[in-house]
Amino acid sequence: MKAFAIPLLVAALLALLPLGVGGYVLGLLTLAYYFGVFAMSWDLLFGFAGEVNFGPSFLIGLGAYSAGLLNHSFHLPIWICVIAGAFTAVVGGVLLAVPALRLSGPYFGLITLVAVLLLQNAIVLFAGITGGEIGLDIPDIISIDDSTNYWVALGFMTVSGMILFGLSRSSVGLILQASGQDAIQAGALGFNVTKHKLAAFCVSALFSGLAGAMLIFYMGTASPGTVVEIGVGVQVIIAAVLGGRRTILGAALGAIFLIVAGELLRPLGQLSTFVVSAVALLVILFFPGGFLGTALHRGEG
Amino acid sequence: MQFLQILIDGFAISSLYGLGAIGFTLIFGVSGVLNLSHGAIMVSAAVVAWAVAGSLNAGPYLGALAGVAASVVIAFATYLLVVRPIQTSRRIPREEKEIFVLTGTLLWGIMLQEAIAYFFTSNPKTVRPLIAGVVNIIGVRTPNQEILTAVLSWLVIGALWLLVNRTRQGKTLLAASINPRGLTLLGFELSSIYLFVWGLYGLLAGIAGVLLGAFLGVSSDNVGTLTASAFSIVVLGGLGSVSGSLLGAYVVGYLETITAYVISPSIRTIPVLLLLVLVVYLRPQGLLGRR
Repeated sequence: MKAFAIPLLVAALLALLPLGVGGYVLGLLTLAYYFGVFAMSWDLLFGFAGEVNFGPSFLIGLGAYSAGLLNHSFHLPIWICVIAGAFTAVVGGVLLAVPALRLSGPYFGLITLVAVLLLQNAIVLFAGITGGEIGLDIPDIISIDDSTNYWVALGFMTVSGMILFGLSRSSVGLILQASGQDAIQAGALGFNVTKHKLAAFCVSALFSGLAGAMLIFYMGTASPGTVVEIGVGVQVIIAAVLGGRRTILGAALGAIFLIVAGELLRPLGQLSTFVVSAVALLVILFFPGGFLGTALHRGEG
Repeated sequence: MQFLQILIDGFAISSLYGLGAIGFTLIFGVSGVLNLSHGAIMVSAAVVAWAVAGSLNAGPYLGALAGVAASVVIAFATYLLVVRPIQTSRRIPREEKEIFVLTGTLLWGIMLQEAIAYFFTSNPKTVRPLIAGVVNIIGVRTPNQEILTAVLSWLVIGALWLLVNRTRQGKTLLAASINPRGLTLLGFELSSIYLFVWGLYGLLAGIAGVLLGAFLGVSSDNVGTLTASAFSIVVLGGLGSVSGSLLGAYVVGYLETITAYVISPSIRTIPVLLLLVLVVYLRPQGLLGRR
């Protein structure tokens, strides 16, 4: 329980932020919180199950677009769309994972990458329904009030973070970690490695899809550039590794850092992405544990 | 006539794909590194060739030379600044080296891409062709540059084959890919072999990049697509297998060309992606790969 105390305290402090800062900062952080959920879901799959999923944006995009299309074409209420989006992401994730989990290493990575490219192609090909490259406009939004949006995102990130973190600390998390490090030995101990990995994939897909769907109801639009393209997935992966893999909560820190740093460096223009990537590279080279991994290690030692 | 057009265009583009992918597979085969900055290195070579040939008025030949030289330098930098520190780091557990190399080279590729976009903008650039003019091959108008692309690609691939199979230095590469530990026991320095292979890789990627820049044109926005296409070709053919990569390149090149001519250029990559999924599921080691 001690492990929950500090993050919850931080979340409680962050919840007070709308009293003091303006809509611009809140908007930025809202985006960062959704990104945080993407990164935490990815970390569950990579850090614990040991599977490098190059296509987090396949799951995110699937959730976002199915929710968006339901709202755009059938005007269903937001919460139904979000649940449907998360459900589609899980179904898509299972369809992808069942055959893909027979593969390992680079092959698994490539298949997840191809899934993103196929989804992106499908969206562009059926531009008449999906809005293509330009994007899909979403009639409903969560709220027009910055503070409400901020609290919804923060609450969502906190709850998702607690569930994912709790899961990673449970016996399921330990089994996953074991199968990630030595699948044969974990199997020999009597654990069904594939079943556990599949479960991890489903949980990862569920939260990615949920976050993707909620993100578009915050932004009011869904486009390949924001929820599907490989670049989005790359950002998620960088955030998770930067924050500290196998820590779940570190992934959220990494995501917030990436989004905020990208914004702070905006005056540099095109160079901002260069600087952010360079910083991330330096962290990976010199502090491979990431932010949280390094900090926790210091504390123990 | 369309059949002949597809045959010629497909051949040229496939040779170029093969040349681009062969360096990628070489690095993986010898040192187990999947270099995700591959596309960025190819584009750097093309952009340097374009800049030197165009704005410095040095002519296309000197430009091409500068492009290839730049690629070799960047390849060494990739290895020395990114890959080797990760491989030798004691703080990164062995089983996680792979993801760190992937993430590291990915970030490095983004840095290269952004640097190109900053200094040269992300507008598409076409490297001046090494030879101008058009010839008529049985009714199909073919630019001389396109023929040169195919010929040069195959010359370089042939030279690589000779190097690997017929020279002492090349045979150590082969040995390193089969059993690195055995090689060190025989008194070979692995680190110098790795340096050599990265230099070779820079040469291959640079030539491929410059030819690509002259044939189709490049922009810093192509970086991701180029890496993904090299990755797909190499997996299709079998990771680490050079002849497999060439076969993969021809399958991808022709499939794309046929789709673009017969169906529509807008879905050019889709059949390739579907084929890739099929091959990876049915035969994960690739067309010519060993397990």
